[in-house]
Amino acid sequence: MTPLWEALTLQAGYNATLVAVGAALLGIAAGATGSFMVLRKRALVSDAMAHATLPGVGLAFMLMVALGGDGRNLLGLLTGSAVTAGIGLLGVDWLTRRTRLAEDAAIGAILSVFFGLGIVLLTIIQTMSSGRQAGLESFLLGSTAGMLLSDAITIAGGGALALGLVWLLRRPMTMVAFDAGYAQAVGVDVRRTDLAMMALVMGVTVIGLKIVGLILIVALLIIPAVTARFWTDRAEALVWIAGGIGGVAGYAGAAVSASAPDLPTGPIIVLIAAGLFFVSLFFAPLRGVVAAVLRHRRFQGRVHRRQGLLSLSRAEPIHDPMTLRILRRDGLIRADGVATERGAAEAARAARDERRWTAARDLHQDTALIGRYDGLTAIDAVFTPDQIAAFDRHLGREGMI
Amino acid sequence: MTPPDLALAAKDGTVLAPMGEASALGIRGMTVSYAEKPAIFSVDADFAAGAMTAIVGPNGAGKSTLLKAALGVIPRLSGEVSVFGASLEAARARVAYVPQRASVDWDFPTRVIDVVLMGLYRELGLLGRVRASHRAKAEACLTRVGMSDFAARQIGQLSGGQQQRVFLARALAQEAELYLLDEPFAGVDAATEAAIIEVLKTLKDQGKSVVAVHHDLATVTRYFDRVLLLNVRKIAAGPVAQAFTPQTLAATYGGRLASAQIDQLRLGDGAGPVMGSTTGAGPDA
Repeated sequence: MTPLWEALTLQAGYNATLVAVGAALLGIAAGATGSFMVLRKRALVSDAMAHATLPGVGLAFMLMVALGGDGRNLLGLLTGSAVTAGIGLLGVDWLTRRTRLAEDAAIGAILSVFFGLGIVLLTIIQTMSSGRQAGLESFLLGSTAGMLLSDAITIAGGGALALGLVWLLRRPMTMVAFDAGYAQAVGVDVRRTDLAMMALVMGVTVIGLKIVGLILIVALLIIPAVTARFWTDRAEALVWIAGGIGGVAGYAGAAVSASAPDLPTGPIIVLIAAGLFFVSLFFAPLRGVVAAVLRHRRFQGRVHRRQGLLSLSRAEPIHDPMTLRILRRDGLIRADGVATERGAAEAARAARDERRWTAARDLHQDTALIGRYDGLTAIDAVFTPDQIAAFDRHLGREGMI
Repeated sequence: MTPPDLALAAKDGTVLAPMGEASALGIRGMTVSYAEKPAIFSVDADFAAGAMTAIVGPNGAGKSTLLKAALGVIPRLSGEVSVFGASLEAARARVAYVPQRASVDWDFPTRVIDVVLMGLYRELGLLGRVRASHRAKAEACLTRVGMSDFAARQIGQLSGGQQQRVFLARALAQEAELYLLDEPFAGVDAATEAAIIEVLKTLKDQGKSVVAVHHDLATVTRYFDRVLLLNVRKIAAGPVAQAFTPQTLAATYGGRLASAQIDQLRLGDGAGPVMGSTTGAGPDA
C-alpha cells in the first residue's frame, strides 16, 4: 500500500490518525461557520482576525516562559491568540462604526499592523535562549509534525463546540445575513448575532492555527462556502454542504501531508479545497459550467422550437434544418412540413404568449421583468394569474381601438 | 426651534387625534440623525388603530427613517415609541414590518417559502422545528398575495412586484395587528399594486392597523384614510380630507411641487385624483 492510501484509511499510525480526524472536524467547523461570513458578505473580517492571532501567540509564549512553564503549551498559545484576535475584531468593528473608514480599509489596517507586530515578537523570541522556541513559526502555515493527543483533543473539542453553536444560532444568523433590518424589527439582536458569528469564526480560526496556520485559515472559511453555492440554492443546505466540503478537504489534506512529512499541512488542505471548488465550478449540476453548456444547448433547441411554432402560426415556410428537425422530433409537423393537430394548437398558444408579453412590456415599467423576456419562457412561469389577466384586459382594450 | 414651540407641536398633535380613537403606534419627540444632520426632528405622531395611514413627503424627508427608528432598526437620538400603549419590546409580536425590497440582496440563496417562514421566527424561536402546520401557514400567506405557485422558486428569479409580494407575505405570516410598510408600491407593476392594496384593505377590515410610506400623491385619497405629511418635521396629520390639502402639500414640498401639480390632485372639489398623469405628479415619479 502506498503511504497516502495508508494515511487516508487511518492506517498510517497513531499520530497521522489523530491529525486526520482533528483536521476533518476543523474543516467541518470552518466550512459551516465560514458560510455565514460569506452570506453576510464579511468574509474578509476573518482574515483580519486570523492575522491578529500572531502577536497573541508570541506574547503567550513569552508569558509562559517567564512563568517558568513550557512555552509551547497549545492551550496557552491558543488562549493568547484568541485574546489578540478578539482585540483585532473589536478594532475592525470600532473603526468601521466610529470613523469614516470603510470596512475593507479597516481590515487592511488591522491585518497588517497586528501581523507586523506578531512577526517582530517571533523574531525577538528566536533570540531568546530558553523555552524551546523552535516550532512557533509553524503557526504561520500549519504543521502536523509532533502533534500530541492533547492537541488533537483541543482541536476536536473546539470544532465540535463551534458546530453546536452554529446549529443553535443558524436561524438568527441566516435572517441577519439576508435582511438585517427585518431581523431587528422582529426582535433579533443584530449586533449581538453579528458578534456571536464573529466570535465563532474567531474560535475556529484559533483552533485551526496549529493545523492550517493563520495565513491560510481564511481560505478554509471561504472556499467551502463558495463551493457549496454551486450545489444549492438554499442557505440552510449551503451551511452543511460547506461543512462537508471543509471536512473532506481537512481530512484528505492532513492525510497527504502525513504521507509526505515535508509538505506543510495548511497549503495542502487549501489546495484540496480549491480542487473541490474547481470540480464544482465545472461539474455542479445546477450552476456548473458543464451544466451551463448543456443548458445552452437545450436553450438553443427551445429557441428553434419556438421560432418554428411562431412561423407555423403565421403560416410562413420554415427553411432552417435544425428547426425542422426539432419540430419533427416533437411531432409538431409531419414529414412534409405541414403542422400536425398538436403543432397547430401549440403554435396558437405560442402566438398568444407572444401577444401577452407585448402587453407585459407595455404595462410594466420594471426592468428586471423585461429582462426575463427571452421569447421562450411561458408567460405563466413569470407572472401570476392576476397579472396575466391584466395583460389580457389590456390586449382587449387595444383590440377595440 | 425653541422649547415653547416643541410644547405647542406636541399639544397640536394631541388635539388633532380624534377623541376616543386608540393609537396603534405612538411616537413622542422622536429625533433621528445620520452623522450630525437630523433626518427627522422632534416628531410627534399617533397612528390610529384600525386605520390605513400614509406617510407622505419629499425625498430625504425622513419617511423611511421614521419607520425604522420607530421599530428600533436604527438608533434614535431622542424620543419614545409606544405600540398599542405598551413599550415596543413588550409589543413586538403585534408589529410586522415590510422593508423596502431594494434593501436586500436578491441573489441570496433562499427560496420564496423560506423567506415567508422567516415571518414565523418569533413562533419558532431558536430551535423549534418547522412543522407541516408552519408550512401550511406560510403557503396560505403566499396565496393571499397571489404567489402560491412560486413557493419553491429561488428568490433571484422574481420580478420587482413579486419580491414585494413575498415581503408582504412574510409580514402576514407574523399575524400581527400593526403593519408598517416602507414604500410598498415603489417600482411594482399595476397588478401587484392592486393586489397589495387589496390585501391591506382586507387587513383594515379585520381591524388591523396599516401604516405605509407612500410617494404617489395621486393615490393617497383613494388608498388611505389618514395621512402624515412629513418633511424632517411633522407638517400635518389627520384624516386625508382634512390633512391632505393644497396648503399642507405646499408646506411639505415647498417649491418642489408646482401648484399646477397640486391642482391635478383636485383636492377639495369632490372629484377623485387624476390617474395616469404623464406630467410627473409626484417628486419621486
